Amino acid sequence: MLVLEISGLKKSFLGPDGQRTQVLDIPYFSLEAGAEAALRGASGSGKSTFLNIIAGILQADSGTVKVAGQEFTELPEAERDLARGRHIGYIFQTFNLLQGYTALENVLLGMHFGRGADRARAETLLEQVGLGERKHYRPRQLSIGQQQRVAVARALANKPELVLADEPTGNLDQRNAEEALALIRETCRRQGAALLLVSHAREILTQFEKVEELDALNRVGAANS
Amino acid sequence: MRLFLLLISRSLRQHALSACITIFSVALASGLLMAVFSLKTQTHGAFTGGEVGFDAVLGARGSQLQLVLNTIFHLETSPGNIPWSLYQAIKQRPSVKLAIPYAVGDNYHGFRIVGTTKDIFTDFEYQEGKKFKLQPGGELFDDTRADAVIGSFVAQRTGLKVNDVFHPYHGLLFNELTKHSEEYRVVGILEPTNSPSDRVIWIPIEGLFRMGGHVLRGTGKEFEAKPGEPIPDAAKEVSAVMLKFTSPQYGFTLSQEINGDGKVATLAWPIGNVMADLFDKIGWLDRVLALIAYLVAAVAIGSILASIYNTMNERRREFALLRALGARKSTVFSAIVLEASAIAALGSLCGFVVYAFILGAAAFIIRSQTGVVLDVFQPHWVMLLAPAGMLLAGAAAGTVPAMKAYRTDVATNLTPLS
Repeated sequence: MLVLEISGLKKSFLGPDGQRTQVLDIPYFSLEAGAEAALRGASGSGKSTFLNIIAGILQADSGTVKVAGQEFTELPEAERDLARGRHIGYIFQTFNLLQGYTALENVLLGMHFGRGADRARAETLLEQVGLGERKHYRPRQLSIGQQQRVAVARALANKPELVLADEPTGNLDQRNAEEALALIRETCRRQGAALLLVSHAREILTQFEKVEELDALNRVGAANS
Repeated sequence: MRLFLLLISRSLRQHALSACITIFSVALASGLLMAVFSLKTQTHGAFTGGEVGFDAVLGARGSQLQLVLNTIFHLETSPGNIPWSLYQAIKQRPSVKLAIPYAVGDNYHGFRIVGTTKDIFTDFEYQEGKKFKLQPGGELFDDTRADAVIGSFVAQRTGLKVNDVFHPYHGLLFNELTKHSEEYRVVGILEPTNSPSDRVIWIPIEGLFRMGGHVLRGTGKEFEAKPGEPIPDAAKEVSAVMLKFTSPQYGFTLSQEINGDGKVATLAWPIGNVMADLFDKIGWLDRVLALIAYLVAAVAIGSILASIYNTMNERRREFALLRALGARKSTVFSAIVLEASAIAALGSLCGFVVYAFILGAAAFIIRSQTGVVLDVFQPHWVMLLAPAGMLLAGAAAGTVPAMKAYRTDVATNLTPLS
């Protein structure tokens, strides 16, 4: 069963010179439920744009994106936001934790927009990522690696079918990167969520059985990378 | 709702200083609005509509307002004197239920000494059914002795007690150099009446006639009373005669007679209308105060807008992230509007403290100066309207930054700010 199915996806941006620049042209891409896949792409190759379109944050010019059986591209914006909260977990390179909130509140906040706040589950998730003792710490009181753990817990808070990870280890040193990657994969596996990770780091990508080249998927390909 | 509470509380905590300043400015505006309108209503009511116990005041030819201020509120100077014979004549009229003479001209530490008759204690009702009542241990003055009955506020402020002796001072304003040699003994202290009478020292009218240096001109010639010798009625003068009629309509007849046809005296009637004229004349002051309050309110609302709007740049990433987590645009919009409303609500709540402080201070000053007592806790429509208005205006001000948050581009703002 597919958790993600993309067909005929095209995306372009209007440049400062008034010209449209095509960045994505992906005929087809899919991911099985509970599976994991890595996408390799150089900086500027459109990796983040691709993930943002899957998440419904950006709209494609054409094509379809189906997540957990829901046609994202056809949903009105408000419903797309709701669907994103329920079906997709997002892990960012810069963690994007809210600074004024504790680790627990960051996780709970994610739940509010999905299946509803569940304090017990939020605490369990933080314990699973090794932060049970630091759930009341604010991001600035946590190390970089610990912040990424909070981001992982938050991404999985709503029991999403699909987790998108955009260079999730980009800001970590090698030891922390390896730990974080292991944690993401393990937590996704435990929660039964499919993982789509994009990165350009060889040491990360080598750990995945299925690694796709974004340039190979994307017809615009090397022209823009 | 819990989500909004979390978002609002964290935002206020993160921007605590600007939030506190904004809340304070809203409190100031709300408190000022409530104080201005409540004060206006209460002072207007107290000075024009309150019971004073008399229907009219008869005094020297001149300003009715001056006459009322001088005799009812014990403010202002006396416009002059009228002959004792006029008091006696008016007292005899069947339609005059009560006529009490007042003679003023002395003070004790700024508190006015009023020479009068015992009728003020035995027959006069300062409110329907309420007469002046002595505190335990006191008695009324004896017309033939240098006795004094003092108001409760005088006793409180001067510390005078029963059997204490004091020297009056000449004039209505206190001046240490104008001390009379006569000694007066306090024989009674009145229970509080919450009226201007609480600020008065009552002595027998004969005492004021005989005070050293006082000159009576009832006959047109100067007459100075000598100890032990009677004062001819023809020489006597009074500052005013306080009148109560058997029927209020009689005031109209008497007013026609005295103000219309006569040339000797003035009848201030009806007293409420005389004071209302004063408030009409100083109505511009109310309008200026209200305008200032409205301006402060406008500044406060502007400060809500500015304080939230100024945080928008640093919060763009926060909004983008909330959106990425699944928050709808309308959720982000509502969170900002509710945050502005929360600031306005907290400010309005603190506004009651500001209101109590302003009205308490104003009530203290007004009571000290006039004896009129204002009730800080008296309900007034503005106490609902001002907080509600601030809340609505705050929410409206919140829509401007909320619109900015609504339009936040998620994809662009998810990347770190450089």
